[in-house]
Amino acid sequence: MEISVFILFMAAVFTSNILLTNFLGMCSYLSVSKQVESSIGLGLAVFFVMTCTTALNYAVYYFILVPLDLIYLQYIIFIIVIAAFVQLTEMVIERFSPVLYYSLGIFLPLITVNCAILGVSLFMIIRNYTFIQSVAFGAGSGIGWMLAILALAGIRERVNEKFIPIGLRGAALSLIITGIMALGFIGFSGIAVIQ
Amino acid sequence: MVLSVFPVSLSYNSMFISILITIGIVAGIGGFLALLLVIAESTLANYGECTITINEKKELKVKGGSSLLNILNNNKIFLSSACGGRGSCGFCKCKVIEGGGPLLPTETPFLDEDEKKNNIRLACQVKVKQDIKIEISTGIFAVHEFTGTVTKIKDLTHDIKELTIEITNPKNIDFKAGQYVQFVAPRYERSRQSVTRAYSISSSPEQKDLIKLIIKKVPDGLCTTYIHEYLKEGDTVSFTGPFGDFIIKDTQNDMIFIAGGSGKAPIISMLEYLNTHNSKRRLVYFFGARTKKDLYLTELFEKLEKELKDFAYVPILSRPEESSEWKGKTGYIMPYLKDFIADPTKTEAYLCGSPGMIDAVTKELHELKISDDNIFYDSFS
Repeated sequence: MEISVFILFMAAVFTSNILLTNFLGMCSYLSVSKQVESSIGLGLAVFFVMTCTTALNYAVYYFILVPLDLIYLQYIIFIIVIAAFVQLTEMVIERFSPVLYYSLGIFLPLITVNCAILGVSLFMIIRNYTFIQSVAFGAGSGIGWMLAILALAGIRERVNEKFIPIGLRGAALSLIITGIMALGFIGFSGIAVIQ
Repeated sequence: MVLSVFPVSLSYNSMFISILITIGIVAGIGGFLALLLVIAESTLANYGECTITINEKKELKVKGGSSLLNILNNNKIFLSSACGGRGSCGFCKCKVIEGGGPLLPTETPFLDEDEKKNNIRLACQVKVKQDIKIEISTGIFAVHEFTGTVTKIKDLTHDIKELTIEITNPKNIDFKAGQYVQFVAPRYERSRQSVTRAYSISSSPEQKDLIKLIIKKVPDGLCTTYIHEYLKEGDTVSFTGPFGDFIIKDTQNDMIFIAGGSGKAPIISMLEYLNTHNSKRRLVYFFGARTKKDLYLTELFEKLEKELKDFAYVPILSRPEESSEWKGKTGYIMPYLKDFIADPTKTEAYLCGSPGMIDAVTKELHELKISDDNIFYDSFS
C-alpha cells in the first residue's frame, strides 16, 4: 500500500482512531477512565506495548509464519507474543523504575487482553503494510487510543461532579459520550482514508 | 481450517507431517518466549543475596526480589498487617533508613508529612532489591506465632463471646496490657480462604499460659462468624502477637477509660494489671452501651472496684428500657467526663472503640483541655 508513513501515523491517531472508529479495546477504556491520572498511565502503557508488539509481530509473521505457510496460526502466535512481551516489560520496568512500575504496573497485565493491541497487529497484515508503516500505524494507534481514553476521562471527571440521572450512571453515560466523540472524529475522516 | 490450506491431492502422510510442523512451530515459538521469560526472571528479577540490617544490630541474609514484609515474616519477624500485604491497611509501617528505593504512590495515602520526612514506609510495598537498613520497634521481636487450644467459650451477652485459649506452642506469651493478637480463622464453609483479624487480649498479662479474647459478632463478618458459630471448645487455633502500642503510660496520673462493646477487652487487661501492681492511681471506666442487656462482666468490675484503691465503674445506657428499672446513668458519655477530671494536665484517657466514637470523644477531651499526648486509643477498623 502506498501511503506515506507520516500520513499513516496521523490517520491512525485521528481519522481511523482504533477506539473511536473500530471500537476496539473498550473494556479497559470504560473501566479505567474515571480519572485523568490513571488513564494517562494506561494510555502510555498501551502506546508502548502496541508499538513494540506491532514490530515484533511483523517480524514473526513475515519471517516465520509466511515462509512456513502457517498464516492461519497468526491469532494464537500474536497473542502469545503480546503476552510474553507484556510480561517481559513488566519485569524490566520493575527493575529499573519502581515508581513507573507502581503507577503503570497494575495496568500492564490488563493490556494483554486489550483487543486493540491484537487488532493493530491484524490490521497490519490485512492492509499489507511494510515494516516502517506497521510501526507508524502501531504507534499512531497507541497515541490515538490514549487520546480517546484521556478525552473520556476528562469528560467523566467533569460530568461526575454534576447530577446524573440514575439510569445513565456508569457505563451507560460513558458509552453515550464515546458515541458522540466518535461522531466528532468522523469529521476528520475526509482528510485521509487508510481503511 | 487445516484442510483448506492443503490441496486434497496431498497424501495423508504429508498432511501428518505438516500437522507435526505446525505443532512444532507453535511449541517452538511458545517455548522460545517461555525460555526468554525464564532467563529474564533469573537475571532481571534476580536481585541476588541482600542484607537486611535491623536496628544496626541484627543482620539477615536473604534472597532479594520480594517484599520486605514477606521476607521479615519468613524470618519470623512479624510486623502487624491486616490486609496480607496488599497495601490497603497501612499497618506494616517501618523505618527504612537506606536502600528502600523511592516512595511509591501506593504508600502516600497512609503516610503523613512527618512520617514521609522520617523515611517511614509500608513494608509490604518496599521490595528488597539491594542491601537495606531498617529500624523496627524492639517489641516486634517478641511477636511469635502461637498455637493454642480453646478451653472455654462463654456467652457474655447476646452477641459477645469470651474465648479462653490455653497456649500450647510456644508455652508462654509475654505481652503488655492493652496489646492485641491477630487471630487466624481457617477456611470454612462461608470463607474460601483463611482470614486474619486483630483482637485485644482481655486477660491479665501476669497470666502467661493463656489469653482471653472478647469477640462481638459482626453481621456477615468472616472471622467473627467463624468464632461465634463454628468454633468449639477443644479446637486448636493459631494466632500471632502481641502487637500494638495501646499500653499504659508509666506515670501516676489519673486515668479515664472509655470503651463500649467488645472494646472492654484491653481495658480489663489494663485494670487487672493495675490491680496486681497495687496501683494508687485514680481510675474511672465509662462503659457506654445501649440497653441493659449489653452490659457484661459486671461482677468482675464490682470486684475490681473493691480491690483497687480508687476505681469507679460507670456504665451508661443510651437507651434504657422503661421496664428495666435502670437506676444508673443514661445518655451519652461526654457530659460525665468533666466531673472526673481534676487536673487536665494530669489526666490520661484510654479509648477503645469505633473510629467515629474515638473522634467524638477526642474532640470532647480536647475541649476539656486534655492534650493529645495524654490521649491513647485503639481504633476498630
